[in-house]
Amino acid sequence: MGKIQLRDVNKSFGATNVIPKVNLDIENGEFVVFVGPSGCGKSTLLRLIAGLEDTTSGTISIDGRDVTGEAPAKRKLAMVFQSYALYPHMTVAKNIAFPLKMAGEDQAAIDKKVSEAARVLNLTNYLERRPGQLSGGQRQRVAIGRAIVRQPSAFLFDEPLSNLDAALRGTMRLEISELHHQLGTTMIYVTHDQVEAMTMADKIVVLNAGNIEQVGSPMELYRSPRNIFVAGFIGSPKMNLVEGPPAEKHGAKTVGFRPEHIAISTTEGEYQGKVGVAEHLGSDTFVHVHTDALGTMNVRADGEIPVHHGDTVWLTPDPAKIHRFGKDGLAL
Amino acid sequence: MARAVTTQTKVGNTVVAWIIALLIFFPILYTIITSLKTEQEAIAGFSLIPSFTFESYQAVQSQNDYFKPFMNSVILAVGSTILALIVAIPAAWAMAFNPTKRTKDILMWMLSTKMMPAVAVLVPIYLIFLNTGLMDTRFGLTILLMLINLPIVVWMLYTYFREIPGEILEAARMDGATLWGEIWYVLTPMAVPGIASTLLLNIILAWNESFWTIQLTTTNAAPLTAFIASFSSPQGLFWAKLSAASTLAIAPILIMGWFSQKQLVRGLTFGAVK
Repeated sequence: MGKIQLRDVNKSFGATNVIPKVNLDIENGEFVVFVGPSGCGKSTLLRLIAGLEDTTSGTISIDGRDVTGEAPAKRKLAMVFQSYALYPHMTVAKNIAFPLKMAGEDQAAIDKKVSEAARVLNLTNYLERRPGQLSGGQRQRVAIGRAIVRQPSAFLFDEPLSNLDAALRGTMRLEISELHHQLGTTMIYVTHDQVEAMTMADKIVVLNAGNIEQVGSPMELYRSPRNIFVAGFIGSPKMNLVEGPPAEKHGAKTVGFRPEHIAISTTEGEYQGKVGVAEHLGSDTFVHVHTDALGTMNVRADGEIPVHHGDTVWLTPDPAKIHRFGKDGLAL
Repeated sequence: MARAVTTQTKVGNTVVAWIIALLIFFPILYTIITSLKTEQEAIAGFSLIPSFTFESYQAVQSQNDYFKPFMNSVILAVGSTILALIVAIPAAWAMAFNPTKRTKDILMWMLSTKMMPAVAVLVPIYLIFLNTGLMDTRFGLTILLMLINLPIVVWMLYTYFREIPGEILEAARMDGATLWGEIWYVLTPMAVPGIASTLLLNIILAWNESFWTIQLTTTNAAPLTAFIASFSSPQGLFWAKLSAASTLAIAPILIMGWFSQKQLVRGLTFGAVK
């Protein structure tokens, strides 16, 4: 089981209120991603759940049990840190065995669980090595191994992939998602990378300045962002946000066009503009178009589109997929 | 940034390094040379070639017992260092891992006590020793040496502990380690090199401390520093004997220092270079 509830959770460091007031329900077995720009309080929120920070007020309960004042070890949660936080003086086997040893399990049971975890994580050949002799990806797997042997009620991941290179990050992302399917345990994952959030999450929690901006499935957030912040944060490349007459035309203070919802043509369309930079990725081309009416727009086009710097093009946003926001920044 | 070093520069650097090293070592070398001279040679003037006589060593041994002050030095140096570590480890942990707004101030205040000349507190400490019966006792001196070196021990350990990432301790906490488990299984093994170099340096400092050991002892608790001093008076100066006594006094610590130089260098430069 791993149902986690936050009720009016508040955290201040001295006079600085980092998390004003958060209410959140995480269901058993869910993969929840906390996402937001750096300094938005997502790691602090995770550390509050872990018990590594004390709440200033409010309650945290796990499976219906109030754990607000409990020590981290008593919460039955396992955590994977950004820096891996492996014990450098212990072998891989001893690192993975550490939580079991602390729990006072007997050696035979420990050995069995360690070798099983090592098998799942492809670490069998590295059990006698020290963390210093492993690559970044292997270290991260050891950290995950140390977390899974305890069979915790939930896993907490604090930006676990940010120290890895792009290729490895992609692989590890899949491995963690795969692990979630295998174990079916609740996972809370903190990241500033919206691609990780979109690809891994059952539920995304978008945070900004300690406040929850929106909670929902990745596609809900993508299709119906609640406000300008979420609209700008979810989706890659970012949504084009336009104010002024083009927005007023749609009865809004601000309108948002996603790069993939704008048609680009070399012959006709709604807004005329000149091509600035065209980023050819092969499968897609991201074309930055300078228009008089909308300002600079980022448009996702076909990979083979024959446009170059200085070409004149026409843009036509898909009318069914225009996002409208009012004066208060909320979606209309 | 990689930079090509020419052979000329290398030779130049090596020569300069040797000159500096010899300059620093020269007083010790000359002490050893003088200890191998006769008294006549010793006062005759500057000479680097002794007659290699051991008569001063024999004289020193017959006049004064070397063994007792040697044992006193060992007890004072090791005893005060262990006591200092027992006090300083918890202090440094607290300051490194749970710092408060005043931590930096407390550290500075501790260090500031080392800026005061020892003689400034000679009278009060002398009187305390006199009135509490600690004069010329190993117990009293051990406590005093511990207190004198405590700021440096706390500083060194604090610097070392600060390099241990807090996340590893948090990981241990998440893994179910109690405070004791965290200290025993994770913190201590990771801090062993730092504790060892602090221990070595503090033994050297305590071994060489001469102001208080000479002022507050007569015979019973007198360590090797007092043993050396006893040859500078009252029968006049005997350079060769004084040098022999000095050589005997510094030999143990010199040998220990030689074997632990790797640890010492690491301890002294920790945090300065990565």
